[in-house]
Amino acid sequence: MAASLSITGLDAGYGAVRILHDVSLSVHEGETVALLGTNGNGKSTLMKCIMGMVKPTAGSIAATIDGVRHELVGLSTEEIVDLGIAIVPEGRRLFPRLTVTENLLMGAFRKAARPAIDKNLAFCFEVFPRLAERRKQLAGSMSGGEQQMLALGRALMSAPRLLLIDEPSVGLAPLLVARTIDKIKELKESFQLAVLMAEQNFTQAVRIANRGYVIVHGHIEFEGGSVAELSNNELIRKFYMGDV
Amino acid sequence: MRNAYFVLAALAVAVVTFAVARLIDNAYVFFAGYVVLQYIVLATAWNILGGFTGYVNFGTAAFFALGAYTTVVLHKTMPFLPLPAMMLVGGVVSGLIGLGMGYLTLRLRGTFFSIATLAMAVVAQTLITNWNFVGGSRGAYIIRPSDSPIFSGDYIQYLFVVMLALSVISVSLARAIQFSRLGFGFSAIRDDEGAAEASGVPTLKLKLIATALSGGLMGMAGAPLPYYVTYLDPASGFSLSYAVNTIAMPLIGGTATWLGPVIGAILLGTLQQVATVTISSALSLLLVGVLLVTFVIAAPKGIVGWFKK
Repeated sequence: MAASLSITGLDAGYGAVRILHDVSLSVHEGETVALLGTNGNGKSTLMKCIMGMVKPTAGSIAATIDGVRHELVGLSTEEIVDLGIAIVPEGRRLFPRLTVTENLLMGAFRKAARPAIDKNLAFCFEVFPRLAERRKQLAGSMSGGEQQMLALGRALMSAPRLLLIDEPSVGLAPLLVARTIDKIKELKESFQLAVLMAEQNFTQAVRIANRGYVIVHGHIEFEGGSVAELSNNELIRKFYMGDV
Repeated sequence: MRNAYFVLAALAVAVVTFAVARLIDNAYVFFAGYVVLQYIVLATAWNILGGFTGYVNFGTAAFFALGAYTTVVLHKTMPFLPLPAMMLVGGVVSGLIGLGMGYLTLRLRGTFFSIATLAMAVVAQTLITNWNFVGGSRGAYIIRPSDSPIFSGDYIQYLFVVMLALSVISVSLARAIQFSRLGFGFSAIRDDEGAAEASGVPTLKLKLIATALSGGLMGMAGAPLPYYVTYLDPASGFSLSYAVNTIAMPLIGGTATWLGPVIGAILLGTLQQVATVTISSALSLLLVGVLLVTFVIAAPKGIVGWFKK
């Protein structure tokens, strides 16, 4: 039960627009790593590169799962999901006209995930009792907090080893942000996941992160080996603490 | 297993329909009924892509007419082929066109995809208009055999039966898809394509299946047309009214299920036939417009959606 991720020298963009420049980053086994940065700095693009939804122009993304190393660049999104990598997309991106159960089942669309579908569904309803109560409700009619829980549940349905979470706090009330972050920690421990979490909300993210990277204009500007290092970093102070 | 029961039930309905039509014993019933059945197939085919997957296709006329023109070619080169075989070829031709169109245009989303399908219809019509072998802009005459080849009766009864069988096939297929993993993937694409992709749904593959199936069924629906009209020209084969009707019918019936297009096609198709005879043929398109506006305002989820509330 071990999964890790290692990105080296990654360049990517959309058409002529360069977004990521020489990004290197790693997530070790059992770690929660925070990818910090304000809007428009390339956090989501990096997530999409890992999932194969944006094709990098240079560099390597390697995932090591149970001791086997896989190069993700060049693989399709389906193949990457099959390896045991799942994403909770920014803004939740549920299927609004499908029910809660159907949304969860959609997370197990891949053949590899199907044998454990009943077990994983039961697990999702156990960790998110609210989803069990609302299993027949349309996802689009739920509150933001419930939707975020559903998005997390959907990603877990493929029984991932490495979980990418893109901005879990977007559009949530502060109390719900805190609850979501706690839930992520709980899930990470019970599933023994390695987690890469992109987040703007520094104070919430560092509550559960082991380490963190600060991304500015598509480049990793700072790598903090601990929460203390991150908190004392001048970039962090500038962006989040209001110091100039 | 539930699918098998459904097919049996659909076949029973088809047999009863044909028996009733025979009892009325009036050729007009078969001529009018054929058109309604043809619209059941077209609306169901359109809904596989437009309703289940959410990609609005304005190019129905192209798939339909290419099926019809395939029959014209086969009629001239291999007149001995039975009609069902010609329909199969027509379906394969339109299905391949659908696959090709899907491959070229499915990176476009929403309105852009729809405009591309409309452009495709115009291109296909221009090509056929300039192809002398199938009659070019003059059109092609096809002499309809006088009697049904498989039972005693007029050839129009045979055309009616063939279209009835195709309706059973397409509706059963659409229903099977709706309750399958494939249909599940289609609805994920309709709701949020990016999220579907991120969940590991092979979106391009599924969309190609949808365009090929949808186009193929439309081509099969068009294949008997030359025998029905006996004179086929590009302007009538590629008529925009096919595209408009096939979009209006599922919208009126409801796009989320297999049943919606069937209800829409029977309702609108019958109404148009009645209006054509009793009032005027020009009025039938007006009817479509009025009903469409009414439903968009009063019941945006169609008749099926209205009852599910």
